[in-house]
Amino acid sequence: MTVAPERILTQTKIGIRGVSKTFQVRGADRPFTALDEIDLDIRGGEFLTLVGPSGCGKSTLLDLIAGLTAPSSGEIVIDGTPITGPGLDRGIVFQQYALFPWRTATGNVEFGLEAKGVARRERAERARHYLDLVGLAGFEERYPHELSGGMRQRVAIARSLAFDPDVLLMDEPFAALDAQTRESLQEELLGIWEKTGKTIVFITHGIDEAVYLGQRVAVMTSRPGRIKDIVEIAFDSREGDLRADGRFGEYRHHIWTLLRDEVAAAQREEASSVA
Amino acid sequence: MPDLGTATAPAPAVATRAAPTPTPATPATPVPIVPASRGRLWRAASTLAGKWAAIILLLALWEALPRLGVVDPVFVPPLSEDLLAWYDLLVSGQLGEHLGASLLRSLAGFVLAIALAIPLGLAIGWYKPVADFLSPVLELFRNTSAVALLPVFTLILGIGETTKVTFVLYACSWPILLNTISGVKTVEPLLIKSARSMGLGPARLFQKVILPAAVPTIFTGVRLAGAYSILVLLFAEMVGAKAGLGYLIQASQSSFRIQDMYAGIITISAIGLLFNQLLVTVERRFSTWRTP
Repeated sequence: MTVAPERILTQTKIGIRGVSKTFQVRGADRPFTALDEIDLDIRGGEFLTLVGPSGCGKSTLLDLIAGLTAPSSGEIVIDGTPITGPGLDRGIVFQQYALFPWRTATGNVEFGLEAKGVARRERAERARHYLDLVGLAGFEERYPHELSGGMRQRVAIARSLAFDPDVLLMDEPFAALDAQTRESLQEELLGIWEKTGKTIVFITHGIDEAVYLGQRVAVMTSRPGRIKDIVEIAFDSREGDLRADGRFGEYRHHIWTLLRDEVAAAQREEASSVA
Repeated sequence: MPDLGTATAPAPAVATRAAPTPTPATPATPVPIVPASRGRLWRAASTLAGKWAAIILLLALWEALPRLGVVDPVFVPPLSEDLLAWYDLLVSGQLGEHLGASLLRSLAGFVLAIALAIPLGLAIGWYKPVADFLSPVLELFRNTSAVALLPVFTLILGIGETTKVTFVLYACSWPILLNTISGVKTVEPLLIKSARSMGLGPARLFQKVILPAAVPTIFTGVRLAGAYSILVLLFAEMVGAKAGLGYLIQASQSSFRIQDMYAGIITISAIGLLFNQLLVTVERRFSTWRTP
């Protein structure tokens, strides 16, 4: 499979080298292994989607890249520098939006800018710009509870874009939305990605979503999480109805096959732990 | 006397809005087609009537039953007589004097409790070592009724103003303290995670996330404390004081000025209602963002 030519030469943005993560579980004599020897290079400006059965450690991997937790072994580098903690060079978008309910849409977008130390006037300006970018012009002074789920997620995306991180980490951001809203947000996200050139790591459990959005789809194994395979998604263009393209079905089926065994394994394990 | 030490759960802030509204149409029957404005007017009127019907009935009974001789008018004089006594007390300036004394003590204790309990609650909620250290003492004292401690306060501080203000301060501190602790501890973990991912350190995390998130819960405690400040002060004034509404009620009863006693009780009900309404209004202003 071929990769879009202009992206081939770009360098590794995030390097995940032999990363494992174990947790001490109360009552268990052995530590619980969430991630096992993950090796993955994410290129600068790439849109990488990550699929895997539930409980395979996708979110744990994202937390590690975000610097919210440290790996038990191995290391993660960004632009060649090891990650030591969270930073404004990476922005996270959560499934449950994580908006501050006491702040308006503008206030939420300004949050990261305050953390960055941007001056007040520029904060307001940037907030307006990014809310406009995600199609929320006119909703600047609304509180989160006055917005629909889709609009809240737009605010969250605007918030992460506003402090201008190189990397956008997205943890099943559209999973809680209805199908229609999800599709329009997927389309808009692709537009934003093309416009801004961010590196995006996008976790999903939807195969369609992974194929539609990703230039590459990383498939993870069931517990303990490993990278099973990386599938290059090479469409000539993303214009039009991509899902109707014959190759879309082929990619979809390929990833589905890769995942099937893992999902079965995950279910077996779940059943045995319940029993 | 309510159990003063154990109110941890935030009282429902919307209780005042949930007045019984008798709706004429049951869901099963089709709603009659009336012009929208008339329907709304009717609904507003019936809501108002429903809200006040019980009160009006109570007041009517208060007036009628003593006059009909169903209850002894010596012990329960008709409402009109009590209101006349209230008016006389007002005109003579006595009511103002007692009311002023009570309000000063209540407010002093209440304000001091806010100033003391909120910072302490924040510290306990935020710093685990402080919580571990203080928890057993807090557990012990919050299960000791404030009323039981009044003799101790009197013993140490005498029977003057200090005792009464301290007593109010003590009783008011608990709801504020416990609500502040729970407000800090129950901040949505995802919000903390989100703020940390944007590089916020502990100090700014506290200032920008924990504190604003806890404000509504803290305010519920403040509102409860407002009610307590009047409740417990009345008790203290009945036990030993030379002025104040509690003294007025107690002294009137023992010198058989029964109308004056009821005048004092009516005043205290009104003050309690007003104070609570004021705090509910302030609370709403501070937590407009809370999903209704």
